[in-house]
Amino acid sequence: MIGSFVGVLYDGFAYGMLLFLLSVGLSVTLGMMNFVNLAHCAFGMLGGFVAVTLINDLHWPFLATLPAAFVAAAAASVVFERVLYRRLYGKSDLDQCLLTIGIVFMSIASAAWLFGTVQQPVQLPSWLRGSVDIMGRGFGVYRFFLICVALALTGALIAMLEFTRFGARVRAAVDNQRMARGLGIDVDRVFMLTFALGSGLAGLGGALAIDITGLDPSFALAYLVYVLIVVAVGGLSSIGGSFVAATLLGVSDTAGKYYFPEISSFLIYLVMVGILMWRPAGLFGKR
Amino acid sequence: MLRLFSGFAAVSALVAASSAQAQVKIGMIVSYSGQFADTGIQLDNGFKLYMKQKGDTVAGKKVEVIRKDVGGIAPDLAKRLAQELIVRDKADVLGGFELTPNALAAGDVSAEAKKMMVVMNAATSIITTKSPYIARTSVTTPMLNDALGTWAAKSGGIKKVYTLVSDFGPGHDALNAFKEAFTAAGGQIVGSALFPVANMDFGAFVQAAKDSNPDAIYIWTPGGTQPGAIGKALNERGVDTTKIKILGQDELTGVSALKSMGDLGVGIITAAMYDYNLQNPLNQEFVKAYQAEYNREPDIFSMGGYDGAQLIYRSLEKSGGKADGDSLIAAAKGMAWQSPRGPVMIDPETRDIILDVYIRKVEKVNGQLRNVEFAKIEKVKDPVKAKMAK
Repeated sequence: MIGSFVGVLYDGFAYGMLLFLLSVGLSVTLGMMNFVNLAHCAFGMLGGFVAVTLINDLHWPFLATLPAAFVAAAAASVVFERVLYRRLYGKSDLDQCLLTIGIVFMSIASAAWLFGTVQQPVQLPSWLRGSVDIMGRGFGVYRFFLICVALALTGALIAMLEFTRFGARVRAAVDNQRMARGLGIDVDRVFMLTFALGSGLAGLGGALAIDITGLDPSFALAYLVYVLIVVAVGGLSSIGGSFVAATLLGVSDTAGKYYFPEISSFLIYLVMVGILMWRPAGLFGKR
Repeated sequence: MLRLFSGFAAVSALVAASSAQAQVKIGMIVSYSGQFADTGIQLDNGFKLYMKQKGDTVAGKKVEVIRKDVGGIAPDLAKRLAQELIVRDKADVLGGFELTPNALAAGDVSAEAKKMMVVMNAATSIITTKSPYIARTSVTTPMLNDALGTWAAKSGGIKKVYTLVSDFGPGHDALNAFKEAFTAAGGQIVGSALFPVANMDFGAFVQAAKDSNPDAIYIWTPGGTQPGAIGKALNERGVDTTKIKILGQDELTGVSALKSMGDLGVGIITAAMYDYNLQNPLNQEFVKAYQAEYNREPDIFSMGGYDGAQLIYRSLEKSGGKADGDSLIAAAKGMAWQSPRGPVMIDPETRDIILDVYIRKVEKVNGQLRNVEFAKIEKVKDPVKAKMAK
């Protein structure tokens, strides 16, 4: 009993970290820049395809593909930001939704055209596969890896946004654009970089997720709802909030799947509804 | 003037009659684009191969095929295409249908227009009840899972099963068929879980299944990325397929699923109506011809298309070239032939297919993962309609 409880906690935390890695970029773009970016997972999918192509066709080591996925998604997003997104800053949520959901469908069609509709084979190096037995219970190695990456990333992001000059500029540009401009901050550039950061994180999340979720062109849409739940529950504009929300959702979802498998597909929504009724702005939301 | 006019009418009537006699039009409604394009293309490849082998004339009539792209799950479009094919293009037979919603929608048109319709893939039991002119050349989901359930309890030495099934229509159908057959043959379901269609993490499900100590875990997924993801979760949880058997339907160990699972797939047991590795001369010939033509292996979809064309040709031969719905479906009822997958027959009562279901196990043969069949359940009928008839 205790064993299964510890196991569920571990799996749930790791699953939460997976959710966090996929959604932290969105809490940057949606949370900080206030842009409803439904195409977030499309950038995640791009990261996934970059990683798969590099591993399978060019035989890169898995770890080296992660920064590549980040850079590719960030670079692609800069193009989109310059050409499309920036026109809609400050426009209504509906306009932003329409644009970005359109991009999602186009990304699905493009991925299907380039890679086919079949799922991509993903094979991790052997040191990340399998599990370690502790007291008769298997603990997945890859899950441990996910937890480490997520913790490191959270630390780095919070440090960057709270304690660096760039972070200060971002916060200034988000809080009061006119004032920031008046102080000589290049708001355009800051937004572009922030957006690139958010999308790059999506790409990284995608590359890390595909071993657990698999990868095919439907990736851009299939997990969008979970990502949105994490950001909504965590509260906009809060990296720490997303982290706590992802952990909470991951653990409760895993516990639900383990202890009440018949209703498990519904449980994550129940938790979301409960939290949002208690705190409509999310756990750490300010607005 | 009047004589001239009636002369025209007579001539044009004659032309119409002679062209109707000389031609049979088959309207194919298939996804050539979208998410299911690969399924549709494989199906049509099978269809084309049969026509290539037999030529385009049957019972003195020239066969003309009109192809329409339905682009995925689009029942409204499938219905409109079926109407257009019959009304405007004067199609005599409708064919294709890799997806259930599309087949159900077009079934209405078939019933109303009294045209034969051949379902070459969609696998929901009730489709053939939609119109008295529908016949099916693929298989139904319950057929495979019913056969698997019976086999598991009777010959597989499996007494306790945990079920892990995708939470949507076909998943429930599959589960019910398996459960009923398995428990009727003396097996016991020790636990079950339904997972969401877009599920990210299978770890907890597999752990719960493993902790209930079953002899086997029954898994049903709609293909896509899930088989690979489940395979990895099984491995991560240390599920040993020699101790806990894994049971499923063909798609669990399809070609791309096996690629993604790698050696983790070894030992998984599945039920299927066809696999290109089947060892019989007819199939080896079929696979060779298929590879020569399309440079890839045929799959269950190709088989449905191939036998779909075969059923239409054979029915036309038997009806002496009469292509109206009543003559064709009468000819199709009870039609039996030797297919690359084994002997098949169109059930005279339900117009559904009767075929042999193979039980296979994933093995490594010459360094490649393959589904190797080791048991066969002969002459399987759709269990759902058999129950409806009672």
